[in-house]
Amino acid sequence: MATKSGRTIAHIKQRSVGSVLLRWESILFLIFLAVNIVNYSLSPDKYFNTSNLLRGLRETLVSGMIVFPMAFILLLGDIDLSVGGNVCLSATVLGLVYNASGSIWLGILAAVATGTVCGLINGLLLTRFTELAPMVVTLATNILYRGISEGILGDTATKGMQKVDWFKSLYFGKLGDIYYILIIFLVLAVIFGLVMHKTVFGRQMFAVGENKRAAKYAGIGVEKIRLIVFTLAGFMCGITAMFYCAKTGSVMSNAAEGYELDAICVCVLGGISTAGGKGTLPGAMIAFFTIALLKYGLGLVNIKGQIINVIIGALLVVVVMIPTVQDLIKKHRIKK
Amino acid sequence: MTVKQKTLKKGGKLGEVLRSREISLLLVMVLLCVVIQWRSGGTFFTPGVITQLAQNYAYTAVLTFGMLLVLLIGGIDISIASTLAFSGMASSMLMQHGFLTNPFMVFLVSTLIGLGCGLIIGLVIAKGKVLPIIATLGFQYIVRGLTYVISDSKWVSSDEMLPAFTQFSLDSFLGIPYLAWIFLVLFVIVLLVLKWTEFGRQIYAVGSNAEAAKISGINIDRIKILVYSINGAIAGLAGAMFTSKYASAQSNMATGAEMDVIAACVIGGVSLNGGQGNAVGALLGVITIAIISKSLSLVGIDAFWQQALKGVIILLAVAVNVLVQRNNDREVLKGREI
Amino acid sequence: MAETILELHGITKIFPGVRALDQVQFDLRAGEIHALMGENGAGKSTFIKVIMGVHQAEEGQMLLYGQPVHFKSTRDAQKAGIAAIYQHVTAYPHLTVAENIFTGHLKKRFGIVQWKQMYEEADSLLKELNADFDSRALMGSLSVAQQQMVEIAKALSVHARIIIMDEPTAALTKRESEELYRITRKLRDEGVSIIFISHRFEDMYALASRVTVFRDSRYIGTYDVNGITNADLIKAMVGREINELFPKPKVELGEEVLRVEGLSRTGYFKDVSFHVRKGEILGLTGLVGARRTEVVQTIFGAEKLTAGKIFLEGQPVKIRRPAEAMKLGIGLLPENRQIEGLILDWGIGRNITLTELKSFVQGIFLNEKKENLVSKQLAEQVDTKAVTVFDKASSLSGGNQQKVVVAKALGSDFKVLILDEPTKGVDVGAKAAIYEIMGELAQAGYAIVMISSEMPEILGMCDRIVVMCEGRVSGELSREEATQEKILELAMLKQTATEGSV
Repeated sequence: MATKSGRTIAHIKQRSVGSVLLRWESILFLIFLAVNIVNYSLSPDKYFNTSNLLRGLRETLVSGMIVFPMAFILLLGDIDLSVGGNVCLSATVLGLVYNASGSIWLGILAAVATGTVCGLINGLLLTRFTELAPMVVTLATNILYRGISEGILGDTATKGMQKVDWFKSLYFGKLGDIYYILIIFLVLAVIFGLVMHKTVFGRQMFAVGENKRAAKYAGIGVEKIRLIVFTLAGFMCGITAMFYCAKTGSVMSNAAEGYELDAICVCVLGGISTAGGKGTLPGAMIAFFTIALLKYGLGLVNIKGQIINVIIGALLVVVVMIPTVQDLIKKHRIKK
Repeated sequence: MTVKQKTLKKGGKLGEVLRSREISLLLVMVLLCVVIQWRSGGTFFTPGVITQLAQNYAYTAVLTFGMLLVLLIGGIDISIASTLAFSGMASSMLMQHGFLTNPFMVFLVSTLIGLGCGLIIGLVIAKGKVLPIIATLGFQYIVRGLTYVISDSKWVSSDEMLPAFTQFSLDSFLGIPYLAWIFLVLFVIVLLVLKWTEFGRQIYAVGSNAEAAKISGINIDRIKILVYSINGAIAGLAGAMFTSKYASAQSNMATGAEMDVIAACVIGGVSLNGGQGNAVGALLGVITIAIISKSLSLVGIDAFWQQALKGVIILLAVAVNVLVQRNNDREVLKGREI
Repeated sequence: MAETILELHGITKIFPGVRALDQVQFDLRAGEIHALMGENGAGKSTFIKVIMGVHQAEEGQMLLYGQPVHFKSTRDAQKAGIAAIYQHVTAYPHLTVAENIFTGHLKKRFGIVQWKQMYEEADSLLKELNADFDSRALMGSLSVAQQQMVEIAKALSVHARIIIMDEPTAALTKRESEELYRITRKLRDEGVSIIFISHRFEDMYALASRVTVFRDSRYIGTYDVNGITNADLIKAMVGREINELFPKPKVELGEEVLRVEGLSRTGYFKDVSFHVRKGEILGLTGLVGARRTEVVQTIFGAEKLTAGKIFLEGQPVKIRRPAEAMKLGIGLLPENRQIEGLILDWGIGRNITLTELKSFVQGIFLNEKKENLVSKQLAEQVDTKAVTVFDKASSLSGGNQQKVVVAKALGSDFKVLILDEPTKGVDVGAKAAIYEIMGELAQAGYAIVMISSEMPEILGMCDRIVVMCEGRVSGELSREEATQEKILELAMLKQTATEGSV
């Protein structure tokens, strides 16, 4: 079957300067630069101090671990509001098992297992009852997971995990000048990024997020992918719980509150639409570091965390309105 | 004409089930109450407990009716707790500094502040075309942050409030606390508006099929802005109820209340996809949430387990709903002649 | 000659990047049914939306009863006595029939909705239309034909003098269409003017007195239905004459590839059996509601079957999900290609490679260069009209989208290709290209099952024709014995039987 009309179709992408500049990541990067410039001019002598900067960054890395699985979940067009509750329950289990057995290894194992099972439960509920909205299910399991932790702990805390030095150094330890946790974070970023953008699984996730029916008819196991991703999210909650315990050394039932919304906020700001199928992991990472540096920089000049939240919230709302504004401008031009 | 008769029957059956949804929820609730009453040795149904329950959950109930409207148009608002805190804090501070000298004015101003917040959110969603979950996530941060900013993270304590204002939540009329009156009146208003006014029916139309609503000449943006504004106003009202009830205003008040409120709606059969649900269901949902929260300690379960139980009940409610629907569909299929 | 009540001149509508309407004109007389025809994308739907005030034209003038009018919203159009019934039924599934009829103009007294009055008036409107359902029924529980009746009742409820129907017969069975004709004629006799948009020539002949043709966003002409032939109309619509529509090559039939026996799915179909051979094109036809699509979805593993066997090359196989069907060599090109066949927001290249991603894996990562090259070749093989493989699928016309779906199937190693309504929504020119590709596929040794509702293509392309009726196979015809009449008889077999018994 030769081409009848002799028409050829190009298969090499022409990248124009305009199209690169108009990419979401480029806009984000400008915001990132702006944040740095503002921070620097606010405290010129302190801001680029390496140890300050790294310590400031480290603050955000524990909850930041959730960004990776949340990126996958949003990419699928799903949402997971239960990650905060899951981290809390996993951390609780870590503390309890450690205190009961004296083995931090056993504690970590139990925490990761707990997180994974919780994620699996989310996944099973959502894939067996496909009629249910993920928002409702994970809202309920969030209450449930945190509720179990609250039932176990009451108003007490489980503590003592920082007695194990190497465990504590998961958060506080350094390799040269760089904290272990930052290295781990960056390695995870690379892994998750490659999976999302360079593998079959990643492409299939994009397909599911764009159009579940088309994905199904293309022979993709839509529900299988959702189950895997939700379980993976649970696994990452277990890992996050480990770092949480290393950082704080004690767990109460309000641990990791709001992690889910922080992670969703980073992803959306990074261009991963909650509608599914859109966005990049590098985008989410730029957004993550923008927010992290904003918090650090404004913290240097003693601006309170709550005011920073106002700025982050405003940034989120304004940034997601950019496409609408662009459309308006386009329409206006055409009319002229 | 057998084919057509079947369709008729199907429609009737489906309608029947939908209509009986509230009935079945009511039955479950009655059963729950009976069990609690029995297990608690008769300590549950006492005027004291019921009054206390009504006072403690009045603000949640009020928020539920606002959320009902938002969910009906297919939206969601997770910023209501922040709006509640901001309006409650702002109005309390105005009272603290002597600008408001009448408790009624405090309620009014708080409601108006909430209305303002809701209006901005509505504009961002309708005109800025931002997904509701994202927009209200942003405003959750913004409005809560602003609460800390205006209060400088300080409390307004009861001795800085008007005595008449804090007394309001303790008083009752005809044996029913004022706070309960507020949500009962609001319930009746929402019920009537949804069923008997054009605005109410437009809310359903937008949630059921936005595209069709647009073609029917309904101004969708206007409905959205109105609904989010009303929801904001209700959150503002709840802010005044909250500060009156707890006789203080703190920046972190009612954190996470939106989750309880959405849960109440879900239990009450309000669909997150829009177009389905009503005020009766929402009321039953919030009562169920209130009963669970209160009853555990009465039946000898550690009160710390109430959140976990709440989670399980929401899951059960939605899962049963799905199973009933599936069974229904299967029956319809089986009944179809080939 | 009746007076002209609606006139449009020089209407131009511009969307970002495209002229959707370019200097279009139209006129409508009192009490006339005026057909509006044209290929997909000719601008018919946009034109209606301009009349209805959904879109505002950049240029041009609309005169209603000789007076210039400017509708800013649908409400304005409704107030002026114009109502539209859109292509996709625009209903509120959770609300009652009465409310569906009155939404936008609810009956109120002192601001209070008058439910009782609405139910009564809705019932009397429905009675006028000979409807067999109650105004309190939920819209979601009605059939498509019944829902359409509600839409007509809605138009009547605003006392519309002009009713626009956009492809109303597209989803109706023959009998339901006849019922619609009856109602439409009745409305005309009562003095209502109707603009009737349809792809079907039979609709036009049955109803219209005049027909206006649009092509490529432009006005081509208005003709008397009595004085025009099919060929003339096609020429007006596509701008050229199409002589050889069905290039069915002679193919030597090979071994039997796919056989299904006694397939059933509760509530959908029962006891369906057929087989298809190598190089054969098997037609699967019937009226809407015959459940042909459901049958092939089940074979493909997208839905569960309750009974029956599937054999592939003589071996019994179990298919539980599409991935298994594809692995066995069964490919399905779904009917609803914009939802099931393509990811519209993706480039055509990525769409084509989606099913065979595994073949581009090097190590653990995808080799995108290779992927793009292969998709280019496949897209060229079916002669897709596109500039690059990165062109979004949504930017292509219906026919070219279908070609992309075919290219996607060609990328896999299939033995059986099931094409569900491959030319639905495809314009006349692209149809010929798709038939040609089908012929080539048969020559290449594929066993092909084609579902179609269009009689000419079934007769023109198929070696054998299986006819279904309401979930059962009602007969099978060879290419030689098949005629339009025989197929129709089989397709309506069960319906007539039931009618006889009542």
